Amino acid sequence: MNVFLHDPLFGLAITVGAYAVARGIHSRLPWLHPILSSSAIILVLLALLRFPIKEFQGEVELLTALLGPATVALGVPIYKHRRLIRERLAAVLLSVLAGSVTGIVSAGLLVYAARGSHEVLLSILPKSVSSPIGIEISRQLGGNPELSVMFSVVTGVLGGVLGPAFLYKAGLRDPVSLGLAMGGAAHGFGTARSLQESETAGSFSALAMGLTGIVTSLLFVPIYFWLG
Amino acid sequence: MRGFAILLGFSLAGVLLHDALHLPLPGNVTGLLLFLAALFGKIVKLEWVEQSANLLTSHLLLFFIPYVIGAAALIPFLGSNAVSIAVGIVGSTFAVLWVTGTVAKKTAPRGEEETQDERLSA
Repeated sequence: MNVFLHDPLFGLAITVGAYAVARGIHSRLPWLHPILSSSAIILVLLALLRFPIKEFQGEVELLTALLGPATVALGVPIYKHRRLIRERLAAVLLSVLAGSVTGIVSAGLLVYAARGSHEVLLSILPKSVSSPIGIEISRQLGGNPELSVMFSVVTGVLGGVLGPAFLYKAGLRDPVSLGLAMGGAAHGFGTARSLQESETAGSFSALAMGLTGIVTSLLFVPIYFWLG
Repeated sequence: MRGFAILLGFSLAGVLLHDALHLPLPGNVTGLLLFLAALFGKIVKLEWVEQSANLLTSHLLLFFIPYVIGAAALIPFLGSNAVSIAVGIVGSTFAVLWVTGTVAKKTAPRGEEETQDERLSA
């Protein structure tokens, strides 16, 4: 009777369906971020059907593959705002560098202070970059790549959901600062959220996301040597 | 569909280049850099790709859902490390948000207040 569950369309249908429902809920309850409600709907459905998460992930590989062209598509808002970006280039580069260093150092110190294990410590260092970069860095450091993916995702969700409210409270509400902070702290999730704020914020976020990936990868090169 | 095909092509080119040269950047971001180079070099015209790109970027969150489900599935297995992980992620994420935003604001040229109003008019 569960034959239809094992068709790849099942995973795709519940994911797109949950996303559509979550957007509908979001327009009524703006505080409920669609990434939280859509994920909750899917997790509840999978639990009710006793459907293995590994199999679900196999079924939605099409969506994960589309993240590629969707990331490339971020070139369009960046290109459209090229004039403003050129004007603010110093702010872009300095803030990304400061944010990248802060991300690595603060994550390491906090986990050390909270007595996290060595494996957690190494795996959490690249958490501010998107998971494909985080996996590589974690592997080279001797961390656990699977944990690193999870830390990247949780960081992205947290920054994407609470970031704008925090930045508004901190007085950082101009689209350039907001976008750079969101992209630097919460990579693709932050960029998706910044695009909802404004296209300008989204373009700076996409830029910060890409540059944070580059800068963080480079910052780890001396750390590999240091760890030997 | 032309725009979508172009975006897919650059995404694939990024993955191939990443694999061939073992770049420290993921294929997605490599593809984004190639695509930006093509836009700035006028090899790709904005109007060819704009519509498809807007469709994909406005639903960027949809493509992250599988990762969130995967991450949520791991949470019950964190055990005694859960507290240190929560402290590290929450503290560090807010620290990066604040530092990046503050440095961006302090280094902005003076007299750039007009961008603040963009959101109100949007």
